[in-house]
Amino acid sequence: MFKTIKASQLQLLAMIAALLLILVFFSIATEGAFISPRNISNLIRQTAIVGILAIGMVFVIISAEIDLSVGSMMGLLGGIAAILDVWFHFPLILSIVITMFAGLVLGLFNGWWIAYQKVPSFIVTLAGMLAFRGILVGLTDGVTVAPTSSSLAIIGQSYLPSGWGMSVIALLCLGLVARVFSRRQARQKHGVVNHAAKFEYGKALIAVMALLSLLAILENYRGIPTPIFIMGVLILVATYIAKRTAFGRRVYAIGGNIEAARMSGVKVEKTKMLVFGFNGVMVAVAALILTSRLGAGSPAAGNMAELDAIAACVIGGTSLAGGIGTVLGAIMGALIMASLDNGMSMLDVPTFWQLIVKGAILLLAVWLDVKTKKQ
Amino acid sequence: MKQKLLDMRGIVKSFSGVRALNGVDIRLDAGEVLSLCGENGSGKSTLMKVLSGVWPYGSYEGRIFFAGQEIKATSIRDTEAQGIVIIHQELALVKELTVMENIFLGNELGHAWRINEESMYRQTLALLSRVNLSIAPDTLVSELGVGQQQLVEIAKALNKDVKMLILDEPTSSLTNQEIQILLDIVRSLKEQGIACIYISHKLDEVLALSDWVCVIRDGDHIATRAAAALTQNDIISMMVGREMDQLFPREEHEIGEVILRVNKAFARLSGASRPQVDGVNFELRKGEILGIAGLIGSGRTELMQCLFGSYPGEYSVDIELAGQSQVIRSQQAALKAGIAMVPEDRKRHGIVPIMGVGRNMTLPILDKYQTWFGAINEQQEHQDIERYLERLKVKTASADLAIKHLSGGNQQKAIIAKCLLTHPNILILDEPTRGIDVGAKYEIYKLMYALVKDGVSIIMVSSELPEVIGISDRVLVMHEGRLKGQFEHQGLTQEMIMNCAIKEGVSNV
Repeated sequence: MFKTIKASQLQLLAMIAALLLILVFFSIATEGAFISPRNISNLIRQTAIVGILAIGMVFVIISAEIDLSVGSMMGLLGGIAAILDVWFHFPLILSIVITMFAGLVLGLFNGWWIAYQKVPSFIVTLAGMLAFRGILVGLTDGVTVAPTSSSLAIIGQSYLPSGWGMSVIALLCLGLVARVFSRRQARQKHGVVNHAAKFEYGKALIAVMALLSLLAILENYRGIPTPIFIMGVLILVATYIAKRTAFGRRVYAIGGNIEAARMSGVKVEKTKMLVFGFNGVMVAVAALILTSRLGAGSPAAGNMAELDAIAACVIGGTSLAGGIGTVLGAIMGALIMASLDNGMSMLDVPTFWQLIVKGAILLLAVWLDVKTKKQ
Repeated sequence: MKQKLLDMRGIVKSFSGVRALNGVDIRLDAGEVLSLCGENGSGKSTLMKVLSGVWPYGSYEGRIFFAGQEIKATSIRDTEAQGIVIIHQELALVKELTVMENIFLGNELGHAWRINEESMYRQTLALLSRVNLSIAPDTLVSELGVGQQQLVEIAKALNKDVKMLILDEPTSSLTNQEIQILLDIVRSLKEQGIACIYISHKLDEVLALSDWVCVIRDGDHIATRAAAALTQNDIISMMVGREMDQLFPREEHEIGEVILRVNKAFARLSGASRPQVDGVNFELRKGEILGIAGLIGSGRTELMQCLFGSYPGEYSVDIELAGQSQVIRSQQAALKAGIAMVPEDRKRHGIVPIMGVGRNMTLPILDKYQTWFGAINEQQEHQDIERYLERLKVKTASADLAIKHLSGGNQQKAIIAKCLLTHPNILILDEPTRGIDVGAKYEIYKLMYALVKDGVSIIMVSSELPEVIGISDRVLVMHEGRLKGQFEHQGLTQEMIMNCAIKEGVSNV
């Protein structure tokens, strides 16, 4: 038992350590500019898009599939949002609803081919990667759709009013502690062995401190960026789905052993299709943020974003063989990638070096994982 | 004494303390055929794996001499180089390649830059004529029938300058005509001085073909006799001759009315010529333990898959459950109808290895725990898990431990717990005690009786005859997809079942 707990905790600790290492390194290298409130705010805003993509992707990978169409799909959905806004002047809410619905449909479309028609996900989504980009270029005639309205800008460019941010974080902290408390109570009631109180509350305390200091830094600049708020909500929802719902449990089971899941009466096809549908919705959210941030729908938007999302998941400890992975891990992976991007840009590292370093980090992360699992 | 071609002396092989082979000797001369007989799991395959180098030198005790030299093989390549070739039940040809390419796979003629197609073609023709196969060398293997593929395998072996051929159940999926061809080939190879070890359940073939018959039972070498002096009944009694011990805690229980009627069960893999289940009818009573015996490949598992909606090919079956006709086309439907199944292949179909023991158990019934927003009521789930872990005496450090860390017996108990959590009326157990230690076996038997006393009906498929006889109330015997016999447990002997399962044309139905 201790072996398994240690392994997963070790992984989380390793990621936190890596993140701290990156933080310290770039802070020194940039003489503190890296940890200025303005840059931290920037950095986590950059994380939002890849992070949200990673939330959808992590479910796909846990179910032992892959989605290569994410980048093109984000471009297409972002393009749709821009077209609705710029060409047709749809109200913001309507644009959001239509874009999210389109995301759901595209995701389910992928999922249908994969789950029911048994075409390998690699192929289905490779086809999607080409076709979605093609549709986008066709729709926009290859030109940028701009400028988007000021209302659309809210999604990606605004900040939560300072009072709001404060109360959101406070609620979150309270919720965290309450959850630990209620779980311990329930365990005690049913005679399940609890971990040491110090250990569990200690962990919660560290999380609370981290959240509060993040809040302090962000409030020092302009407040909590709306995209980060959205990502935060999605993290909570997705973690809930993964850890607490029957659906989440079934996704893990399918990735762990699809035949055994089938024998246990799990509706494998339906579950898989829903996973891709959920992924599509996540892509739509990311697309809305992207279009809003750029203030335009660009035919090249989201190019190669699927690889960032996959890399984030894998660095975050998700197993491509399926059955293993967490939402929080994937977010950490996205944060590590974004920190590297951001830090290297600040140091004026040439783009080609940035790509090489990111590739090397990906390789290193998975190599370490393979090594530690073997032992 | 003259040196024999093959001389295996005192072979002992253990798997984590359990002896699979217990001092087996085999001696065989060039140009002789020796048949290896024994029940499933008696150690035949293990012995052949030792001989062919799958289990390398040092992992077993005893010595093997071949053509005057001691063999210390580290892999199957070493023994092939010496001229020992094994042809497995599952054919190892690459279907997308031609006959010629398969025969020369891995030792193509010519040199690194150019393959000498012409001489390979000529050589293939010669090899094919040796096995009486009149097909073009550039035929794709996928276009051949199973029997022809078997012959191609033999041709491939001949190409390697084989001195001894091991055939593992070569005729189990062949038609009678194909069997005759194969037997003729073996005889002609024998005349060419090639030795052959022949493993088969089909005793008529064994007697028709061999010079020697060697019987193994529970890893022990029972006897090697000249085939000419043996009858089928002699071999069967040597194969099953063990004492029935007190392993089986039979308990009296009441058997009620018929709860399940299965009619006209039929199943065939798409593209196969022979159905795996062919018109089977049977009944199951409330509180009854129905044993299903038969050789591997007789269609037992496939019949169960028809009932559970998990057969991979096309199938049809009329099922009447408690007087109502039921259509079961999926596992969900089966579970809903109150049928649960513990699958034969635990690793592949039973467990999600990296998931916790408890989570494996509740997988089929997650809906039951759903509260608001699809959340699982983990406390309620946990109570169920603890109750069933206790009831089935599953030994695990915690319910959260990944199930792959448990022993086979405990994994099996957890899978049975998973089935019981669905509260089935009918429980199908496919090889429930395979690879499980004696203690766990006993507990599973005990549990089966406790279940039937609660009114659950059990269908148990098993290759272990003592188990079938010791546990079941009634036994069905299957043979080549058909029901061949039906017995009450009173007075039933292993010989009766084996006779029914092996001998052609005998029927007690």
